[in-house]
Amino acid sequence: MKRVPRELAHSLGGFLADIGVMGGFLLRLLSALPSSLRRFGLHVRQLWFIGAMSLTIIMISGLFVGLVLGLQYYQALSQFGATGALGTLTALSLYRELGPVIAALLFSGRAGTAITAEIGLMRSTEQLAAMEMMAVDPLRYVLAPRFLAATIALPLLCVVFSAMAVLGAHASAVLWLGLDNGIYWSSMVGSVDFGHDLLGGVFKAAVFGLLIGLISVHQGYTARPTGEGVAYATTRTVIHSAIAILAFDFVLTAFLM
Amino acid sequence: MASNRSFEIGTGLFILLGFAALAFLATQTTRLAGFRAGETYSLKARFTNIGQLKERAPVKLAGVTIGSVRTITLDPRVLDAVVLLDVDRRFAEIPEDSSLSIYTSGLLGDQYVAVKPGGSPDFLADGDEFILTESSVQLEELIGKYLVGGNDGGKAAAE
Repeated sequence: MKRVPRELAHSLGGFLADIGVMGGFLLRLLSALPSSLRRFGLHVRQLWFIGAMSLTIIMISGLFVGLVLGLQYYQALSQFGATGALGTLTALSLYRELGPVIAALLFSGRAGTAITAEIGLMRSTEQLAAMEMMAVDPLRYVLAPRFLAATIALPLLCVVFSAMAVLGAHASAVLWLGLDNGIYWSSMVGSVDFGHDLLGGVFKAAVFGLLIGLISVHQGYTARPTGEGVAYATTRTVIHSAIAILAFDFVLTAFLM
Repeated sequence: MASNRSFEIGTGLFILLGFAALAFLATQTTRLAGFRAGETYSLKARFTNIGQLKERAPVKLAGVTIGSVRTITLDPRVLDAVVLLDVDRRFAEIPEDSSLSIYTSGLLGDQYVAVKPGGSPDFLADGDEFILTESSVQLEELIGKYLVGGNDGGKAAAE
């Protein structure tokens, strides 16, 4: 029985140590950022691979999330004769919660894993060691551009996701189920605030992007240099990102409310 | 270098798409689209009870939104609620004997300030105060009155 508190204390200590390590790594990345900006082409390239290449999955997912929201809300609201609130409900739930969170989860699966696998493989094939031999800082030329690209790309993807979902909900509620077109749009205009709701969600997405960038870069950089190690690091990226996104979502929502 | 150039173009398009989506959502689905806050002037009003009125609630004249509530404060001396309204410059000709009421949109919707225009030839200017105000109607108060006054009503009907 005595072992339980000791193990608990041990895992709590490990958790705190993890946070400390991540904080230190974030500082190292941030200090490497300014000098890496001189190689601007690297950043553009990463923004393309990490951001633009994620557009397909984000747009298709957004469309289907919107289609489902339209159906579900219509069904639920018609019981109270309140289908006029469908636009409000769709827009608010998308901008404040679903857009940032789902886009972030998809993004960690699509881009976070790719970052970890790429850097992990560079580690296991000793490319990172070779760079260090040539006095090229991998933190500056490999890690920092990917980290920054994730932070910039996710807010943009989140907005695209929400826009697709609003169109999707329009398609299922207005075009299919026959909700009035004017009511759908005007109910949004009446109760959605640009700064608080829309930009608040974009801010959330930027924080999630930073978290995903930090976690995936760190996992790749510290991966054991074996095939198994890279696989393990990739898995941990998805798990850690998902938990970090949902936990920070709670904290940010509590502060932004 | 040619491939580098196409990366740059593609990334630029990606960023442009993100901002286009933001502009679409902002203009089509948020409050920016409805009432544009241009030049405004402020008017003051006192209410004995503002009910559920919140800051940024709309101010309407004949059902058309002409402004919004900026601040709600309590006058500590008179114990009245002091409401500052931002009204659009386009609607500068509000007669000075106009009255204000706080209404609810729908049965349980948000509350808003309604302006009932008077007939005076003089108009309210920046910083002026509405003299005639009507407090928000509390649903609970109405129910209470009805329950207490119900017996009287019954007698009157019986006679």
